[in-house]
Amino acid sequence: MSDTKHTLVALVEDKPGVLNRVASLFRRRAFNIQSLAVGHSEQPGLSRMTVVVSGDSAVVEQVRKQLDKLINVIRVSDITEEDIVARELALIKVNATASTRSEIMQIVDIFRANIVDVSSDSVTVEVTGDEDKVESLLELLRSFGIKEVTKTGRVALTRGDTQ
Amino acid sequence: MKKTGAQILCESLIKEGVEVIFGILGGAVLPLYDTLPQYPQLRHILVRHEQGAAHAADGYARATHKAGVCIATSGPGATNLVTGIANAFMDSSPMVAITGQVARPFIGKDAFQEADITGITLPITKHNYSVSDATELAGTVKEAFYIAQTGRPGPVLIDIPRDVQQEEVEFVYPDKVNLPGYKFISRGHSVQVKRAAKLINQAQRPLIIAGRGIIISQAHDELKELAEKAQIPVVNTLLGLGSFPQNHVLSLGMMGMHGMAYANMAVQSADLIIAIGMRFDDRATANTGGFAPNAHIVHIDIDPAEIGKNVRVDMPIVGDVKNVLKAMNKEIDSRDHLDWLSQLEQWRYEHPSLDIRQNDELLPQYVIQQIYEATRGNAIVVTGVGQNQMWAAQHFVYTKPNSFISSGGLGTMGFELPAAIGAKVGCPGEMVWCIAGDGGFQMTIQELATITQENIAVKIAIINNGYLGMVRQWQELFYEHRYVDTKLWNPDFVKIAEAYDIPGIRVKRREEVIPAIQKAMDYSGAFLIDFVVEPEENVYPMVPLGGSLSETLELPKAEIVSSHRNISQKE
Ligand SMILES: Cc1ncc(C[n+]2csc(CCOP(=O)(O)OP(=O)(O)O)c2C)c(N)n1
Ligand SMILES: [Mg+2]
Repeated sequence: MSDTKHTLVALVEDKPGVLNRVASLFRRRAFNIQSLAVGHSEQPGLSRMTVVVSGDSAVVEQVRKQLDKLINVIRVSDITEEDIVARELALIKVNATASTRSEIMQIVDIFRANIVDVSSDSVTVEVTGDEDKVESLLELLRSFGIKEVTKTGRVALTRGDTQ
Repeated sequence: MKKTGAQILCESLIKEGVEVIFGILGGAVLPLYDTLPQYPQLRHILVRHEQGAAHAADGYARATHKAGVCIATSGPGATNLVTGIANAFMDSSPMVAITGQVARPFIGKDAFQEADITGITLPITKHNYSVSDATELAGTVKEAFYIAQTGRPGPVLIDIPRDVQQEEVEFVYPDKVNLPGYKFISRGHSVQVKRAAKLINQAQRPLIIAGRGIIISQAHDELKELAEKAQIPVVNTLLGLGSFPQNHVLSLGMMGMHGMAYANMAVQSADLIIAIGMRFDDRATANTGGFAPNAHIVHIDIDPAEIGKNVRVDMPIVGDVKNVLKAMNKEIDSRDHLDWLSQLEQWRYEHPSLDIRQNDELLPQYVIQQIYEATRGNAIVVTGVGQNQMWAAQHFVYTKPNSFISSGGLGTMGFELPAAIGAKVGCPGEMVWCIAGDGGFQMTIQELATITQENIAVKIAIINNGYLGMVRQWQELFYEHRYVDTKLWNPDFVKIAEAYDIPGIRVKRREEVIPAIQKAMDYSGAFLIDFVVEPEENVYPMVPLGGSLSETLELPKAEIVSSHRNISQKE
């Protein structure tokens, strides 16, 4: 059976301990989380969570059903097969000297990324996009020496009208 | 009118129909206990260990279908509940556990007797709450009982800081719950029901596996109608015992690791399995790779997450078993399945799984059979875990729902005595027999004091083999007889009973069995019998770990000399 990446989106109640319940469920059932992002949704009192998990479809379906059983989870769907917009944001602190800075800026431009901080020996780049784009930029910046990276993990919505 | 948190809690419990609470006091629940005498409708049963409170609440719930309630103080009181909560969770038993917590200003400061009990019980409760304000209390209790008792039942824990119990607020008991994230499907999808019925109507060798879901859903009549109308034989899981009368001509008894050889053969030969209110536990299915190789599987369960979890399912129906069966019975054709039934009858004859060895010593199976004979099956049997549990499951004939209470999913030794207390308190008119292992009995033996203090007339039969018997059996069969630390030094159980003011006798010989059981039954109160049985008796049939149901081992033939009971006494 093939392990593929699945994107689950859950609407959850904004109550203490909810993140803990979700995380605990993944740990206990030995489901592997690749990323988990959470923030307020359009509805007051509800947050939207995007979880990327890898596993074969039966395993992921089991994850989805177990999540759905949590009382604080209003709704959860596997949107992997749907038409979705998915993005992640990364901050990359990369070594930069006077001589390499302009080369870095060129690369950043090509990726429509931004430089959000500059110091005497580094710059911090902010990039938004799908994981491939973020990964390619990281790859190109690697030769300059990467000091630190942080990523939000994927957030996703289905395209078009919501039912 | 303003009321304290403690009063609100008590009144909310009364609104939920609670009559009995099992618990132990402590600092963090003192305000609650101080309030209790204002509500004489709430009977509090003081146990000797919080594990006992949780198991008693569980036993009460299984015997009555009402949520059992237990109370413990913060910290060690709460953590002592954990095994009992996990046990209820695994067996889908409705329970509301109430724990005291340190006062709000102390939370998170590692205060005296602070434990993060909501964190600890997260994976073993259906849901849990920590109440941060007395105004939330009534609504929380309402939700807790609703969640515990509906859908697939389970334990819910409510953690209440000490100062919340003292806080005074307006009391209004809500008449509705607002749980947008809680849903369960009660009616099966009608198209699925029709499709499943079609499969059933076409099957040549159909077999019903009846699980605890039938008992929970109180669907035994519907099950019987289905089995009789289409002449489908029925096997039970361990926790499904009692969901279908075992003296019925269509009953093949228990399946699984220690199931009847003919029941397991039926599973392996069926062309259609109708699995109802069961979850394909590994002790029931054995190796799933070789499970029911010839069968399509219809799976009816209220929990969608159980569908396809352990075995592939061809036709799932998510819904309350009773509703689904009601709808399905209308679509089922009358059939006779004569060939299939006569094949099964032949296997039953060729594989007499309930025959026991001829032995001069006292055999545990004989003890169970005699308890059955003496009670004529009119008893609630509550078991320990291990060999005693399997013999109690095999050699008593269960004909009524809720007559067999046992720790299935978690397999908790020590469940027997407190759960029997709970069952007896819930059903005072029934005779309750606690079938205990000599090992397991000592894990919750302190509840003998609860029995005496509260006058709870349970009959206790210790199957005293001087061993952690089931483990010894594995050591014998799979670890070349290396009995590493399974031999038990035991106290004199009769003297122990006496010390707790409970009469008891020791039985060592066959001919003493019937008079002893009679004596226990004739006595009005609790009674203990220490049955000193053959120490190295094994449980058969048995599927070795990793084997499939096709590899069911039977008692070596040479050892069978007599059959104690003709199991085909039909209805
Ligand atoms: C709390 C707990 N600890 C350990 C076990 C593992 N275990 C399973 S059966 C068994 C032996 C039980 O001995 P006893 O209560 O004397 O019952 P018997 O099998 O001898 O009838 C043990 C130790 C368990 N099920 N539960
Ligand atoms: Mg024993």
